[in-house]
Amino acid sequence: MATTLTVNGQSHTVDLPDDVPLLWVLRDQIGLTGTKFGCGVAACGACTVHIDGEAVRSCQVALADVWGDVTTIEGVGTPDNLAVIQQAWIDNQVAQCGYCQSGQIMQAADLLANTPNPNDAQIDEAMQGNLCRCGTYPRIRAAIKDAAQKLQEA
Amino acid sequence: MGRLRKIARRTFLIGTAAVAGGVAFGVWQARRTLPNPLQPEGDAVTLNPYIIIDQSGTTIIAPRAEMGQGIMTTLAALVAEELDVNFDSINVIHGPAAQAYYNGTIMGLSLPFKDYAVTDFQDNVRNTLGVVGKMMGLQVTGGSTSTVDAYEKMRMAGATARETLKLAAADRLGVAMDQLRTEGEQVIGADGTTISYTDLAAAAVTIEPPQDVTLRPASEWKLLGQSLPRVDMVGKATGTAEFGADVRLPGMKFATLRMNPKRAGMISYDASAAENMTGVEQIVDLGDGIAVIASNTWLAMQAAEAVEIEWENASYPPTTKALRKSVDQAFDTSANSTMRNDGDVDIAIEGGTEITAEYHVPWLAHSTMEPMNSTALYTNDSLEIWSGTQAPTLARDKCAAAVGLDSDQVTVHTTYLGGGFGRRAEFDFSVLAARVAQAMPGVPIKTTWSREEDMRHDFYRPAASARFRGVVQNGEAVVLDGKIAAPSVTQAAMQRVAGFAPPGPDKGHVEGAFDQPYGIPNFRIAGHLADVDVPIGFWRSVGNSFNGFFFDSFIDELAHAAGRDPLEFRHDLIAREHAPSAALLDEVAEMSGWTGATPDGVGRGVGFTYSFGTPVAQVIEVVDENGLIRIQKAWIACDVGTALDRSIIEAQMISGLIYGLSAAVMGEITFADGEAQQYNYPDYDALRIHTAPQVDVRILENNAHMGGVGEPATPPSMPALANAIFDLTGVRARELPLNKQFDFLL
Repeated sequence: MATTLTVNGQSHTVDLPDDVPLLWVLRDQIGLTGTKFGCGVAACGACTVHIDGEAVRSCQVALADVWGDVTTIEGVGTPDNLAVIQQAWIDNQVAQCGYCQSGQIMQAADLLANTPNPNDAQIDEAMQGNLCRCGTYPRIRAAIKDAAQKLQEA
Repeated sequence: MGRLRKIARRTFLIGTAAVAGGVAFGVWQARRTLPNPLQPEGDAVTLNPYIIIDQSGTTIIAPRAEMGQGIMTTLAALVAEELDVNFDSINVIHGPAAQAYYNGTIMGLSLPFKDYAVTDFQDNVRNTLGVVGKMMGLQVTGGSTSTVDAYEKMRMAGATARETLKLAAADRLGVAMDQLRTEGEQVIGADGTTISYTDLAAAAVTIEPPQDVTLRPASEWKLLGQSLPRVDMVGKATGTAEFGADVRLPGMKFATLRMNPKRAGMISYDASAAENMTGVEQIVDLGDGIAVIASNTWLAMQAAEAVEIEWENASYPPTTKALRKSVDQAFDTSANSTMRNDGDVDIAIEGGTEITAEYHVPWLAHSTMEPMNSTALYTNDSLEIWSGTQAPTLARDKCAAAVGLDSDQVTVHTTYLGGGFGRRAEFDFSVLAARVAQAMPGVPIKTTWSREEDMRHDFYRPAASARFRGVVQNGEAVVLDGKIAAPSVTQAAMQRVAGFAPPGPDKGHVEGAFDQPYGIPNFRIAGHLADVDVPIGFWRSVGNSFNGFFFDSFIDELAHAAGRDPLEFRHDLIAREHAPSAALLDEVAEMSGWTGATPDGVGRGVGFTYSFGTPVAQVIEVVDENGLIRIQKAWIACDVGTALDRSIIEAQMISGLIYGLSAAVMGEITFADGEAQQYNYPDYDALRIHTAPQVDVRILENNAHMGGVGEPATPPSMPALANAIFDLTGVRARELPLNKQFDFLL
């Protein structure tokens, strides 16, 4: 059955069963592959997107339950128009394999929206659901602090 | 297949007996220049396998898998350094699967040499073995070899192209070559006239490249030695970098699969319920499993779960306990290797103190963030495959054989890899996608594994055991006699690649122990191969991943038995063999403020392993937080000989450390009923941001040659942690993972 949802400001109508997770609607039907599949059980954070500005694991949100506007990594900024947080990720050369980084950035963006100047404990609390097998954690931490500073200066 | 097999047999006559090779192939074949596989379209031209120039500028081919280690950036910099192009404007691609991109270094890893003491003769044998890589067209990313292998040949590609472009400019301007210089993708004349490479490229292609080009000395480098912005960073910060899982093709379908978790065949299956589920287009019988092709990956996964399958039983003992017993039985067999045998380990030491210890480590999954996947488009006379593979020529040949095509009918597109760690050196995920696509000719199909399939169908790091005996006398180690028991990763991998297991001593089985730079007068390491069929493969640092733990843990035990400071004890023994390695212990002592004493509630341990050409010393600090252990801080000192990009090297050192610590704290694959019992991250987790330590890294350049960086930080992290916990608790850990014995803050 047809469902309409708003992703990155654009309206999309998809013909899929109600229980298909938002992750797989985004990736396979809408073609937004920046949001990654890692585990399917909300244990790694690679699929993190925002719904009405709040970070959620898109592998656990059924299509019929999407309660607001969806923002994915593609909606945060683009190579030609980088968001402050993405620029901080680049300035700190965070990514290695990079597969988890969309989710890391979406989670960090949520943190910074609610806690503009997070300390280490607050970063730990917010980011511990996002796994990185390359071990980029020290640079993620540095990039979050860098982005926090730049956002406050802006 | 026949040809590959024949060549591979010769390979191991050389590899295992370490005789001077080369002769097997004939001088002409070994020396001939390999054809340039690039076929640029339109106005683009190629000057050699690493460079394409068109109206938009310069494209550099970096033909190694980018799995996070930053390799595309460093390889591109090697070419760019000599070619004189603007680093921020070049395009960098992986390029096709081709023999021209062979890895001439990786075969050398199989030779039983101690890297820290390699002789000119041994180095020649290593180079000779590189010919084998060339003949086999081994385009492989692994063994921390990429920069070492590319260091001369990719700079030479840039330099030769630059000189050829200058020849074309000299011809056009009617001036001598020495009147010309190059900068920013332009040839510049003495009078300031500039001609862009773009304008010269078509003429340059018709000029025979000069053969007498010299490389610039390091003192003139502008890019190498700098921390460059990674070429993949913007894509990875914006979700636009394309991983295998992200490939999109018009009209594509989405598939998943379920293979036998007992790693054997399939007796029968019933797909009647699955066939009628929403979105399902086809169920594919793969012989030892099934695939579901659907309109959406998740719908395919739901249907795959609904297929009733009866599996054949495993060919190996079905439980962890029985498997571990099989590993330990290897101690009762004759040794496969004795690659270190200095002095006489049976010598009687008057007044010496003898200690013995037995260690054990489990099977480990690679657990890359991106589950295995590939996309394939099959027609009756061609196969196109998009795959995040560490071995594209191998994937090409194996996919061709699997679908009944010739290798030249297969095109491989190597995407970014969402983690490799050795897992993506295998070809199973490429071949399975090709076979699924063969079921629906003309339709591109992306086959994505569930996390559960990925974790339960890995080629695991093998379980391994060690028995060590040592004697200390007057504060020094005078005897170290070690025996390693584990299945052979080399044999298992070669069985898959070439269809036979190489005979002879297996270096990968004892690396990290026999080749360590310790001046112990009576020093023997013997390897005993276990006959256990659980699928195993190359896991970041391979044999070093278990031997590093065994060997360094025992060194720590010897230090304590000798009543010595463990850092100084290592330093004194290492200084006898390899000064740059000893210097790392001084360095890490200074970085960490090592005093040999720690306050209550704090523990510190040191670890040292020399692997993949790079010695690494680490100090790890743990703290007791209300009865739970927290890994607070790590210091790393490494010596890479020549540091091409310090930011990337630092990142790899931290990455290797955290990968090793994750395994040491909680990594374990166990078996019941012949099946891995871990399914997903809740069963097989890793360190996270709140449990990973702060890390300081120092990079030294005293070693005689360049070493690798992707793996060497992994082996010492595990013993360094166990040694720190010993300092904290007084309890010696001889088995991993540590969370079976200690409570961590997680």
